[in-house]
Amino acid sequence: MKTVFALVDCNNFYASCEKLFRPDLRDTPVIVLSNNDGCVVARSREAKALGIKMGVPVHHIRSEIRLHGIHLFSSNYTLYGDLSRRVMTTLEALAPRVDVYSIDEAFLDLSGVERVVPLRDFGHQVKDIVVQNTGLPVCVGIAPTRTLAKLANYAAKKYRATEGVVDLTDTGRQRRLMALAPVDEVWGVGRKISAKLQAMGITTALKLADADPATLRKQFSVILERTIRELNGIACIPWEDAPQPKKQIMCSRSFGSPVKALPDLEEAVVQFASRATEKLRKGGQYAGTLMVFFRTNSFRTELPQYSNSASVGLITPTQDSRVIVQQVLSLLRPMYRPGYGYAKAGVMLSDLVNKAIIQEDFFANPSPDQDDRAARLMSVMDEINRRSRTKVCSARQAGPAAYAMRKEHLSPAYTTDWRQLPGVT
Amino acid sequence: MSCILLGDAQTFLRLRIPLFLERVSAGFPSPAEDYIEKTLDLNELCIQHPAATFFVRVQGESMIGVGIFPDDVLVVDRSLRAQHGDIIIASLESEMTVKELHLTPPPVCLLPRNPAYQPIFIEDGMVLEVFGVVTNVVRSLKRGRKS
Repeated sequence: MKTVFALVDCNNFYASCEKLFRPDLRDTPVIVLSNNDGCVVARSREAKALGIKMGVPVHHIRSEIRLHGIHLFSSNYTLYGDLSRRVMTTLEALAPRVDVYSIDEAFLDLSGVERVVPLRDFGHQVKDIVVQNTGLPVCVGIAPTRTLAKLANYAAKKYRATEGVVDLTDTGRQRRLMALAPVDEVWGVGRKISAKLQAMGITTALKLADADPATLRKQFSVILERTIRELNGIACIPWEDAPQPKKQIMCSRSFGSPVKALPDLEEAVVQFASRATEKLRKGGQYAGTLMVFFRTNSFRTELPQYSNSASVGLITPTQDSRVIVQQVLSLLRPMYRPGYGYAKAGVMLSDLVNKAIIQEDFFANPSPDQDDRAARLMSVMDEINRRSRTKVCSARQAGPAAYAMRKEHLSPAYTTDWRQLPGVT
Repeated sequence: MSCILLGDAQTFLRLRIPLFLERVSAGFPSPAEDYIEKTLDLNELCIQHPAATFFVRVQGESMIGVGIFPDDVLVVDRSLRAQHGDIIIASLESEMTVKELHLTPPPVCLLPRNPAYQPIFIEDGMVLEVFGVVTNVVRSLKRGRKS
């Protein structure tokens, strides 16, 4: 049976999430800011049309913001995570196999579907049902390989006439689109590689597809060779049938005596987060999702009971303790309620991946060499902790203020907090 | 009589017997135990499509005629296609509103269920988007409140 992949990708995901419960912003340009409200990590269609660039520091565009009435949002990962889960659950009901690729995109296995319904029609069904159920618009790209499905999705987003669905199973169509697509739009071709390729005259996806794989493997890597074969319709990245590496790392503990104050709970959770991240680095893995939970002693029925948990999906999977500690604290704080004795807490890291399959995030804050420095810092920290009794740890002692993220434009947790539900009149 | 040395007393492991804090019934096991298949879950009653279900909170009194009061939580199912007579959440002129949907006779109308409120007729040029269909109302009864 012919393998067929579909890539379903949400349109302007974060901005669409923010607009879902804000009909007043329906046609307003909206941007979402990175942690600490530093720079732009997502733009609505209208903001893109105004020429607001991805990754630009927000203080560089103050005048545009004022001039065009652009609406700012802090990153609300609680909201995006919940809506992402809804999109993925919806997709799982539609296709026999779903590979969640990132917070806003998933590969579906559509092999055999065309015997029942034309692929393009099926793509439209998927698109319509996702928007009906979740309110989030998506585009669908269909092709015999993942790399081509990505390219089909790019076309579905770029060309309005496609109405958001492109079936690229036909070889002729593949070549027509590849001739139009710049080489840096090809999945797996980063900025560095695309600059080199362009210098060699390989400017379009088609030129890359027609290049000699052996020559390019020598000059670049086996990964690029695989990309070339995928562009030619040979699926090289199959559904993962190999045994998966460890899927999650959990660190939790029951407390000797009930923990009451927030700073104490924070300290415990930070410790769990650090330990879990240490294990993560030991396994050479990166976490894509993290979860925090805590609860009172449910056996002590005479005491007031409270438990809660929250999780967040990271844009870029990480093994940096600082990032994880910061995220864990920002999840914990809004859930904490005074007046309870907490008996247990924990941190779980999941969606673990190896570096090799991490999607490069071109608007990530740290540049690749900063990332390298972070990795070195972490390995020095691990080394010291292995050798000596003196533990080097996150500067939790610096007090909560040091970790408190700036979130001046945070929208409500519309879908995950009873007190923050959207209001209807 | 012979003796066998079992081991040095000090090296014996201490067995940790878990202490069950739940009440354990002594004597006969409960005859009902085998018949408990599952418990009732309110979600099951109120939610058919979890991924498409959202909650909203009511402000205002435009729907008190159908038993929707201020502060009530409404269960909204987006996967349902709104039909004539459904209670829907709609975004109209930049606001989320809960009303009864009337499709006939034209024009489309959002009907409040409180005589103090006016029906909203959707005229040309007005933007109406259906957010979802209200399937249930959750109301907590405040105790000890004297009206």
